[in-house]
Amino acid sequence: MIGNFPYLAVALLIGLGIYTLIYKRNLIKIAIGITLIENGVNLFLITLGYRKGAIAPIFTQAPEGLKMVLPTPQALTLTSIVIGVATTALILSVAMIIFKKYGTLDTDEVRRLKE
Amino acid sequence: MNIGLLETGSGNWNAIIWLIMFIIIGISAIWIRSHGEDQYKKNTDQTKPFLSGNREISKEDSHVGASHIYWGFTEALKRYYKPMVALHTGNINDYSGWIILVMAIIFIIVGVS
Amino acid sequence: MSSIMTHAPALVIAFPLLAAFLVPVVSRLNKKILGIFVAVVLGFTLLITLLMAVRILPGNPLIYVFGGSEAGLTLPSGYTVPIRIIFHIDSMGIFMGLITAIVSFLGAIYSIAFMDKHSGLEKYYALLLLLATGMFGMEFTGDIFNFFVFLEIASIASVALIAFRSNLSGEPAEAGFKYMVVSSISALMVLFAVGLFYGQYDVLNMATIASVMKFTQLDKIALILLVTVLAMKAGSVPMHMWTPDAYSEAPASITMILVAASQASLYALFRIIFSLYNITLNTITIGWIIIILGLLSMFIGVTMAIIQKDIKRLMAYHAVSQTGYMLLGVGVGIAVLANPIALETFGIKAMEGGIFHIMNHAMYKGLLFLTAGALFYRTGTRNLNKMGGLGNNMIYTAIFFIIGAAAIAGIPPFNGFASKLIIYESVFQFNPLLSIIAMLVSILTLASFVKVFHSAFLGPKMEQYKDVKEVPKSMLFAMGALACIIVLFGLFPDLVVKYIVHPAVMALINQSSYTAVILGGM
Repeated sequence: MIGNFPYLAVALLIGLGIYTLIYKRNLIKIAIGITLIENGVNLFLITLGYRKGAIAPIFTQAPEGLKMVLPTPQALTLTSIVIGVATTALILSVAMIIFKKYGTLDTDEVRRLKE
Repeated sequence: MNIGLLETGSGNWNAIIWLIMFIIIGISAIWIRSHGEDQYKKNTDQTKPFLSGNREISKEDSHVGASHIYWGFTEALKRYYKPMVALHTGNINDYSGWIILVMAIIFIIVGVS
Repeated sequence: MSSIMTHAPALVIAFPLLAAFLVPVVSRLNKKILGIFVAVVLGFTLLITLLMAVRILPGNPLIYVFGGSEAGLTLPSGYTVPIRIIFHIDSMGIFMGLITAIVSFLGAIYSIAFMDKHSGLEKYYALLLLLATGMFGMEFTGDIFNFFVFLEIASIASVALIAFRSNLSGEPAEAGFKYMVVSSISALMVLFAVGLFYGQYDVLNMATIASVMKFTQLDKIALILLVTVLAMKAGSVPMHMWTPDAYSEAPASITMILVAASQASLYALFRIIFSLYNITLNTITIGWIIIILGLLSMFIGVTMAIIQKDIKRLMAYHAVSQTGYMLLGVGVGIAVLANPIALETFGIKAMEGGIFHIMNHAMYKGLLFLTAGALFYRTGTRNLNKMGGLGNNMIYTAIFFIIGAAAIAGIPPFNGFASKLIIYESVFQFNPLLSIIAMLVSILTLASFVKVFHSAFLGPKMEQYKDVKEVPKSMLFAMGALACIIVLFGLFPDLVVKYIVHPAVMALINQSSYTAVILGGM
């Protein structure tokens, strides 16, 4: 029933994230773009473990005779979400310092380091 | 003299023999130079530096700054440098643009071959 | 003693990691011994790395299974694939580990005197130890998701260190922001490729993926993603523009460690091409792509460097250019990987040149950045137009600068000449034009360092620098240690190539030796 729809969603999310990184000029929007790419990759990892008609991978009081989805991608995704939290926190605090020193968040102005 | 001998596949290189020859040739050069004329007249034009006939204003003024040292080189290659420096904008959107562009080019090359 | 050797891979990660969390506690007790504490911890790590190198380099790789009943048990009973996180250190891994250990130890010693006027030093040292942990993990791990985790640890720590000096002006924060965006893109694309591998083969261990690899379309996509983003993290053109910003705004000791972090990404690129894929991929295409990236990096790096006014930006462009040499050497090795006659004649030599250049570059580029830091410490500026005549006062710094500049330009008898000679002669047999461009770039490198030496050190004493003294002893010690290594490697290059570089190259080329250690059921 689900088919290939999650993979389409992954491609859409990563494509939108890359579009935001290249064409949007506000530093906060660039941070949101990075979060979009990260969400797309996390969705990709979870979708890899899905098996048709399977239940959650918990052994306690599990019904008999049913397959379980793969638990390893869920562990990988948890690690990636935690790393994403640290990345987002750091990039937003660096953006705050830039706003305090430069007075603007436009990428065309925040380029004293050029050539 | 095998201890410092590097074989590069099409020849050999030995840094210790190079160093010994450098010292021998250097000492003989200094010895030959010490047999030259060592008299000079003080406080005449012989002690002043030659700046193509111009007067020397002061020692501090004659120090060529870093931006002016290779003026001839950068002036001759201006047609290469102007677009190249303009490409290095410093804009973060361009940095991501370059990554995606190179990824797309490599996709096409590896996909075709 | 043997139990230290069994647990050495875990100790190398555990020491800096635990010390990073102890640093705020130590700074509460006594602020002045922070630098010495960090230097002692990193010196201990250097010792353990040297012990491991003595055992691993003759050809015995070291395995460490995290959470296993014994350290070498990769396949527990009843399992046919390794299921735990495994640290797999072979000769190439310990080669990079040696570079990281030396560079982080000397960076910590240099920071004792260099950062003494800053506040908030406990955060600086904690981040430095975390950066060292991340780099060691990247180089020693045998599990591809673990590589992503350590890559992110190193990136996040280095962003905070680059933006460390942003209390006075905003440029370090801008450089930190750019580096964070660029390294987030690269880390997420690495995770996407890890997902592609896991979805097809159900294993995360690099040796196991290598043994079951069939080169499908999805594997091609994963290869292209990994090659592009890891080449970008190493600083190759045309994705190099973060390098001058990040390297110039970071404190000088951190720049030296960042150079080693970029080399660790370069190591990961080579590991993926050689040990994961080997000859299943189309070696001529990938080889020529890496050669073209190397050529562009060499030429554009050095021509942009000549026109710079800021001393550390100039040296950062040179770091881009020297990365081109490594890509050129190893790219020639990749291009002839499927051709055994050419591989014997010049392929192995080209790879030896490229990989020897990695170690030489870390040493002399580190020395040059430390001298730039010494100039900034005494004069307060990085602008070459404002400096002049400093050779009268800072004699030791001038001598170390001459040694570093002669090494990077490839002048005998220093180590740069040895590795560049090997690259020139072997690449010439592959295609003469590449070698000629490499020699041209070497001449331009010498030209730009003559410019730096003239503007900063030569000339009459300037008014405002009358009272400038020599830098403190800990900075001189760090610079002197690097200069000694440069001179020694230059005088005895054959010993280095025979005992350190050649085992690393053979470990990369023989994929079967990489997989047999894990799957042979040790």
